[in-house]
Amino acid sequence: MPNTKRRRLFVRSAAATIAVALGATALTACGSSDEDSAESGPVSLTYWTWTPGMDKVVDLWNKGQGKKDQITVTVKKQASGDTLVTKILTAHKAGKAPDLVQAEYQALPTLVSNDALADIAKNVGDAKAKFADGVWQQTTLGTDAVYAVPQDIGPMMFYYRADLFKKYGLTVPTTWEQFAATARTLKEKAPDTDLTTFSANDSGLFAGLAQQAGAKWWTTSGDKWNVGIDDAATKKVADFWGGLVKEGAIDNQPMYTPAWNKALNTGKQIAWVSAVWAPGTLTTAAPDTKGKWAMAPLPQWSNSENVTGSWGGSSTAVTTDSKHKEAAAKFAAWLNTDGDALNALAKESGIYPASTSAQLSGAFTTPPDYFSNQADFYTTAAKIAKTTAPSAWGPNVNVAYTTFKDAFGAAAKDKSDFSAALAKMQADTVADLKKQGFEVSE
Amino acid sequence: MSSLAVRKAPSAAGATGASHNRPPLRGRIALVPTIGLLLGALYCLLPVAWVVIASTKSGSELFSTFTFLPGSGFTDNLHDLNAYRDGIYWQWMANSALYAVLGALLSTCVSAFSGYALATYRFRGRETLFNVLLAGVLMPPIILAIPQYLLMAKADLTDSYWSVLLPQVLSPYGVYLARIYAAAAVPSDVVEAGRMDGASEWRIFTRVALPMMVPGMVTVFLFQFVAIWNNFLLPYIMLSDDEKFPLTLGLFTLLEQGANTPALYTLVITGAFLAVIPLVALFLVIQRFWSLDLLSGAVKS
Repeated sequence: MPNTKRRRLFVRSAAATIAVALGATALTACGSSDEDSAESGPVSLTYWTWTPGMDKVVDLWNKGQGKKDQITVTVKKQASGDTLVTKILTAHKAGKAPDLVQAEYQALPTLVSNDALADIAKNVGDAKAKFADGVWQQTTLGTDAVYAVPQDIGPMMFYYRADLFKKYGLTVPTTWEQFAATARTLKEKAPDTDLTTFSANDSGLFAGLAQQAGAKWWTTSGDKWNVGIDDAATKKVADFWGGLVKEGAIDNQPMYTPAWNKALNTGKQIAWVSAVWAPGTLTTAAPDTKGKWAMAPLPQWSNSENVTGSWGGSSTAVTTDSKHKEAAAKFAAWLNTDGDALNALAKESGIYPASTSAQLSGAFTTPPDYFSNQADFYTTAAKIAKTTAPSAWGPNVNVAYTTFKDAFGAAAKDKSDFSAALAKMQADTVADLKKQGFEVSE
Repeated sequence: MSSLAVRKAPSAAGATGASHNRPPLRGRIALVPTIGLLLGALYCLLPVAWVVIASTKSGSELFSTFTFLPGSGFTDNLHDLNAYRDGIYWQWMANSALYAVLGALLSTCVSAFSGYALATYRFRGRETLFNVLLAGVLMPPIILAIPQYLLMAKADLTDSYWSVLLPQVLSPYGVYLARIYAAAAVPSDVVEAGRMDGASEWRIFTRVALPMMVPGMVTVFLFQFVAIWNNFLLPYIMLSDDEKFPLTLGLFTLLEQGANTPALYTLVITGAFLAVIPLVALFLVIQRFWSLDLLSGAVKS
């Protein structure tokens, strides 16, 4: 029982913190108050990241700019995902968080509301100009503070087997209505083949689709949170996919399983709604179909629109536990805006940069190996990236995501009503926010 | 399931015909349990077989060929695993071995001392102490990981080898087992006889009691070894430097690399296969100590 009390206290202070964060004005004061004003002598920083090859990119810093500034960065490679957020928060509770962390955009509000991330607005210089507004806005949470520097983004796209589309006489859908029609036509022509599947095992996909439709899952008014998971836009998306699953026009098996890999590899599934990083996944999932795929913009809800959602992407943030916030922020800005650093990130780690100038330079002048047949892959990708809809993340994305996996996973399996699953997702998310001590407007 | 039902039928028929003064057939009675055990063995061994076979498949064979058809990529997989970040896999293997061997040894010593003391000596609060320990057995170690992390942080020991070793040294289950075993295997007469002969308590423990407790202690050692070898959450929370990671964590980072890069399935599977080998070897080597059980039981009248 004493546990509960302590938790409540902790939560209350977390709630207070985000209230401050939203107040925005109060925050500029706390960023510069402590040790990080006058930096002198050599500084060494630790950096938690899951990006493969990051140690090689950091070497560039340690041998170049970092050597000049006497700032040495050490990479400690971590596993990606929600578990890392928990780990950062646990370390932060003990005051032992590393100086720098890699964090997905949807995790930033959680980290900020636990007071784990420092405001680095003063230390990142003119970095803002290098990113699209919609991307930058995710690191400010709509305040004057800056909690991270964007690293990579995942604008969503439509991937399809060009050869099989031709074989079955299908055209690439530009609206979701056409997408549904395409799925039905394919089912008629080849009953064993599916256009794609609705999978509930990665919540980011559904969140991105809802974002494209204009959903805003978390917003604030005053110091209260509004949760709009069951808003009209998301309902439209849920009903659309639920309808397709129910009538059997598409498959209902989860992705990233051996069976899914096999279906892609053998042409049993001929399209995938994914993001710019799909070539990497397809390389291992469907190695035999290399060069047979093509990429197109995501289908739209109406002909006049041109927006996409985002699935994935991450940023580099400085923690409040860091004793050298200014130095850490300097490194974070260098890593994600410097031309050489971004080139190395693309080459060593295969990331798609958030920085707009990097999206067409260096490694991105030629298409990815898997898509060697589509010469304009990255020019198209950069155009699509510009159309990314703004996102609205809240402090308990992890709870919404977990409920999504459970409720939609069951609904897809039973081919039952998706809107009931959506209502559960809304209810659970609101209940958890309240339990954590946040004010929620109904 | 159907084969089980079919095989059951003759045994039921045999039971009704038992009045024909046939002695109860051993084979007939054991049929159902045997099938049950076989099914259980199949259930346990099938995933192992999957790992063994999957580790021989190359990346392109992994998802395209029949699941239980061996592939042709085992040496390539080994080579890739060996080359991955200059062979950091072997560092993880060595770390796992260090945590498991040292942790299990220390834990077995602590369990033997305290189990013997609890079984042999009568002192105030003995039962209370033991009950607290029993409560500790019921407490899943997962719950303790975060408090332990906060404690280690206070001692400035996080992200060190000690942070993973120390919390695993005291195993309530080990102490519990050691006490039960010591109470059963070390007769109080023998301890008394030792005292009569003027042996010190330490000498009685090391020369008389400990040899009798060996089979029990081997069990404690094995339990702890396997528990530490497979432990994930504690090292996950304690460690941030991947040079200190045990295998479980290392393989997890291989799997969770973010969406930008192809998942390293073949490496993870080959790594998982190699990680099982030391456990299997340990069981094969150590299981002969269990047979001592029969001999040591003969002391008591």
